[in-house]
Amino acid sequence: MEMQKLYLLIPLAPLIGAMIAGLFCRIIPRWVAHTATIAGVAISFIASVLVFQDVMAGNTFNGTVYTWMTSGEYTFEVGFLIDTLTATMMLVVTFVSLMVHIYTIGYMQEDPGYNRFFSYISLFTFSMLMLVMANNFMQLFFGWEAVGLVSYLLIGFWYTRPTAIFANMKAFLVNRVGDFGFILGIGLVLAHFGSLDYATVFAKAPEFASATINIWGDQQWSLMTVTCICLFIGAMGKSAQVPLHVWLPDSMEGPTPISALIHAATMVTAGIFMVARTSPLFELSTTALSFVIIIGAITALFMGFLGIIQNDIKRVVAYSTLSQLGYMTVALGASAYSVAIFHLMTHAFFKALLFLAAGSVIIGMHHDQDIRNMGGLRKYMPITWITSLIGSLALIGTPFLAGFYSKDSIIEAVKFSNIPGSGFAYFAVLAGVFVTAFYSFRMYFLVFHGEERFGKAAHGHDAHHDDDHGDHHHGLAPGQKPHETPWVVTLPLVLLAIPSVIIGYIGIGPMVAGDYFKGVIHVDSVAHPALSQFLEHFHGAAAMGLHAFSTPPFYLALAGVVLSWFFYMKRPDIPAAIQRRFSAVNTLLENKYYFDKINEFVFAGGARVLGKALWRGGDVGIIDGLIVNGSARLVGWVATISRLFQTGFVYHYAFAMIIGLLGLMTLWINRA
Amino acid sequence: MSNYPLLSLAIWIPIVAGFIVLLTGGDRNAPLARMLALFGAVAGFLVTIPLWAGFDVAQGGMQFVELHGWIPRFNINYHLGVDGISMLFVILNAFITIIVVVAGWEVIQNKVAQYMAAFLIMSGLMNGIFSSLDGILFYVFFEASLIPLYLIIGVWGGANRVYAAFKFFLYTLFGSLLFLVAQMYLFFQSGGSFSILDWHKLPIDLVPQIWIFLAFLIAFAVKVPMWPVHTWLPDAHVEAPTGGSIVLAAIGLKLGAYGFLRFSLPIAPDASHELSGLVIALSLIAVVYIGFVALVQADMKKLVAYSSIAHMGFVTLGFFMFSALAIEGALVQMISHGFVSGAMFFCIGVMYDRMHSRQIADYGGVVNTMPKFAALFMLFSMANAGLPATSGFVGEFMVILAAVKFNFWVAVLAATSLILGAAYSLWMYKRVIFGDVANKHVADLTDINGREFAILGVLALCTLWMGLYPQPFTEVMHASVNDLLRHVAVSKIQ
Repeated sequence: MEMQKLYLLIPLAPLIGAMIAGLFCRIIPRWVAHTATIAGVAISFIASVLVFQDVMAGNTFNGTVYTWMTSGEYTFEVGFLIDTLTATMMLVVTFVSLMVHIYTIGYMQEDPGYNRFFSYISLFTFSMLMLVMANNFMQLFFGWEAVGLVSYLLIGFWYTRPTAIFANMKAFLVNRVGDFGFILGIGLVLAHFGSLDYATVFAKAPEFASATINIWGDQQWSLMTVTCICLFIGAMGKSAQVPLHVWLPDSMEGPTPISALIHAATMVTAGIFMVARTSPLFELSTTALSFVIIIGAITALFMGFLGIIQNDIKRVVAYSTLSQLGYMTVALGASAYSVAIFHLMTHAFFKALLFLAAGSVIIGMHHDQDIRNMGGLRKYMPITWITSLIGSLALIGTPFLAGFYSKDSIIEAVKFSNIPGSGFAYFAVLAGVFVTAFYSFRMYFLVFHGEERFGKAAHGHDAHHDDDHGDHHHGLAPGQKPHETPWVVTLPLVLLAIPSVIIGYIGIGPMVAGDYFKGVIHVDSVAHPALSQFLEHFHGAAAMGLHAFSTPPFYLALAGVVLSWFFYMKRPDIPAAIQRRFSAVNTLLENKYYFDKINEFVFAGGARVLGKALWRGGDVGIIDGLIVNGSARLVGWVATISRLFQTGFVYHYAFAMIIGLLGLMTLWINRA
Repeated sequence: MSNYPLLSLAIWIPIVAGFIVLLTGGDRNAPLARMLALFGAVAGFLVTIPLWAGFDVAQGGMQFVELHGWIPRFNINYHLGVDGISMLFVILNAFITIIVVVAGWEVIQNKVAQYMAAFLIMSGLMNGIFSSLDGILFYVFFEASLIPLYLIIGVWGGANRVYAAFKFFLYTLFGSLLFLVAQMYLFFQSGGSFSILDWHKLPIDLVPQIWIFLAFLIAFAVKVPMWPVHTWLPDAHVEAPTGGSIVLAAIGLKLGAYGFLRFSLPIAPDASHELSGLVIALSLIAVVYIGFVALVQADMKKLVAYSSIAHMGFVTLGFFMFSALAIEGALVQMISHGFVSGAMFFCIGVMYDRMHSRQIADYGGVVNTMPKFAALFMLFSMANAGLPATSGFVGEFMVILAAVKFNFWVAVLAATSLILGAAYSLWMYKRVIFGDVANKHVADLTDINGREFAILGVLALCTLWMGLYPQPFTEVMHASVNDLLRHVAVSKIQ
């Protein structure tokens, strides 16, 4: 009973904080807003730790909070499912959220929307917790859309900027395309399982393994394949998989703390979480898993390429996030769900760290985000420098750091995977290692090492360059030096750097190799043996780290680092020459494979043209013009004709009467 | 409580109050007229609360029944009663009446008493529609309720009100005459009864059923409105004053939809099954076609009017899939649409009162000068786009889920509203509210006052309540909807 109150407290504490900061944002002073929200999230974090310990002691929970609605034979409930997967997500969400709350005090210091911002990020924490704690698909969808709403509000936080309010609408609409698939998937679950409750659905799932439905004509489709692909389309929207990834780079219009919290560590991983949660369904369809692994592989590799040519510090990290989300998706496709969640967790720490460090650099640079204007910052911002280095090393998979364990596990699992598409996926994740190392250290070297390029009067960014979305650029005045940021900014960096180093070493044993997810994540190891085959070669975290020095990923990463050092520190003329030489490739990358242009032209433009055509042609033209006004004219015309008979002269009427009388008499006589 | 004639009170209190308000005469006594109108509206609302509080959820039949002879020569009776399908609409109507009285408080300065009286009388008449169990009584209320609406558009309306009223007249005249003919046929077939409940039990062959169904369909489709007989609605909304738009959207559109459940389905069940494909097709066209049309509207009121048609498409779609989830989803959608579209039209009215323009292009950056308004308008725009935790989500969710079971492709088309609804709602919101202050008129805007805040606040609470805890709403529907489904499942052909 006590634990159940604690479960309730975890989402409600941030909600109360959000309400205090939000409803009274115009009357309360700033310290009230940040104290209330930080207290709420801190309570939530401490409670999550307690719940985690309780879960580790073997106490899981699955119960209803209240009955949302009943209709027909269905019951829809709001309830919690607390198991190791949930507890892991709760810890990650509340910890990163707490760090971001503290960081925000420093980052948003000068912003007039200070209280509103705190309200939003606490509301986000509430929504995300409701999402991960759900014990049914409906509540999952609630949280799903609620985090989307807060993301919308936060991307458009600076609502007078045209780019920001375009980006937030784009994010919401692209996510809605994903939700379109997601709700159909939920509908299929309800229609065939009769319930949206996870436990009920998963228990019944094996019975439907070979069930088919009639989708088109006489073709029979596997129910599980259709259902899982529909659900995964939802995940593609939220977790920004190609081709629904287009919103994530633009979401960088939002303030940096939310880029760390929402668009790197937590919300974008909701899709990964959802697939892992519904593993008992996905395991029944190899076709769906194949779809998942191919989409993930495309995202992992091709979004990484885009990271190479970005000059906006946040956008480099954003494309890196896209690529890493692709890695997680590949892991899901290889049925290595626990590895995906493991990478989700390590990524949450080091990517939040990288984003917050980028934000720290942005503060130090007085809101100049262009890495071409930076250089040599390590002298001026030592804490930011060290923590960034740790984050970058973790990201590229340096042995013994967090990212190494999770990413290498993915690569190994894919190697053993036997489903269609896994060959391509293996190539993509392996090549991705090199790409990741290259773009990460390109940014690192350009920002922290080399010539000091800041403080030059002209910022060096040509106005018509595509990447210059971050208006708001002030930059440093000539002669001005960057400065280290206050402790509220650097403390979260340090606190996030710690797990970025150690969490992989600690986590891989229990989470991937152990029983941590037993009974939570379901893998059919006969049909999809990748993970179990990988684990046969696993002999503990230390051995895995040592073994890494003799594997291709290590040398690929090393090559990436060395090459970026050579290109950007030693011979900056080479990348420029390559850019000139391969201008077609460069143009393709600059235009982000033309996804935005195609979407803008085909979908946005097409919808407007279609709308105009239906309105002008259908409503105004045919229905109103021809039918409504036409019949009005017809009535008018008949009236005009019949009016001719009503002349007002008695003799006309008398004449008509006589004619009529004659006619009637004729008829009568003839009949008689 | 049920010893009191609650339904009669719900009908006649607003009507009598309306005539008392008229007695206050010219605009010299406007403050008195307003107070009396508010008093009448509140009293009318209070008498409807026991309908919900005293409602027996286990019983699917008519409750709070009143039966008196009216014209014995033709066996026409004053026969009232509500079931789980109609009860909530009586309450919603009485509630919306308070909203429109308060909404017109300072805005209407011309012929105040007549304005308030028109709304009160209309409210009573519409309660009559929802509670009539006699065909002729229904018809009288159905037609009489149009008169106040004509007057509201015609007297307090915009520049092009004559065209709008004429168009509306042309449409409805066509439909209601066929409706009357169908009633006459049923009167003779049933051996001289105008009781709707008798007609439910009346066996009819398939061919006459189809004719009856089509007559009803035309009458109700115009009211809903369904594609392609919808084009009167955007014009009527654009010309109507804010209060008129609120009532038209919140209650007016529900009358036709209600007719399907009270007349079409139970009287002609075989024809309903036979022609359900037609209605579903028209409903899906409403969702998709109208969604695209809404996207390109430049006039905010037209945009919301088109979005209303798309939302009502979900209602008719839900009715004709013949499952409890779908029908209850449609009913929930009707109630939710009452809150949300009412609030949307009020929001547009708030801006129109200040700027005297409904054109999206004349706005931009309103959030800078009206932050409180922007926050509430955001909530309703999101509800209009069907965001979970708002009422707008519940009905759409239920209908889409029911549609997946019914037919996957119907569900696919219905689910496009997730994208289209968000597109037209948020694109309008972006252009009107976000951005830099667009011009000096926007710069001079003042945020909402206490009265406006109260209206939007109450509607916001209703929207959230229904989104977070819809159980009280669906609970009362179960027994009646199940009875209806059982009834419709049995053929009437002998």
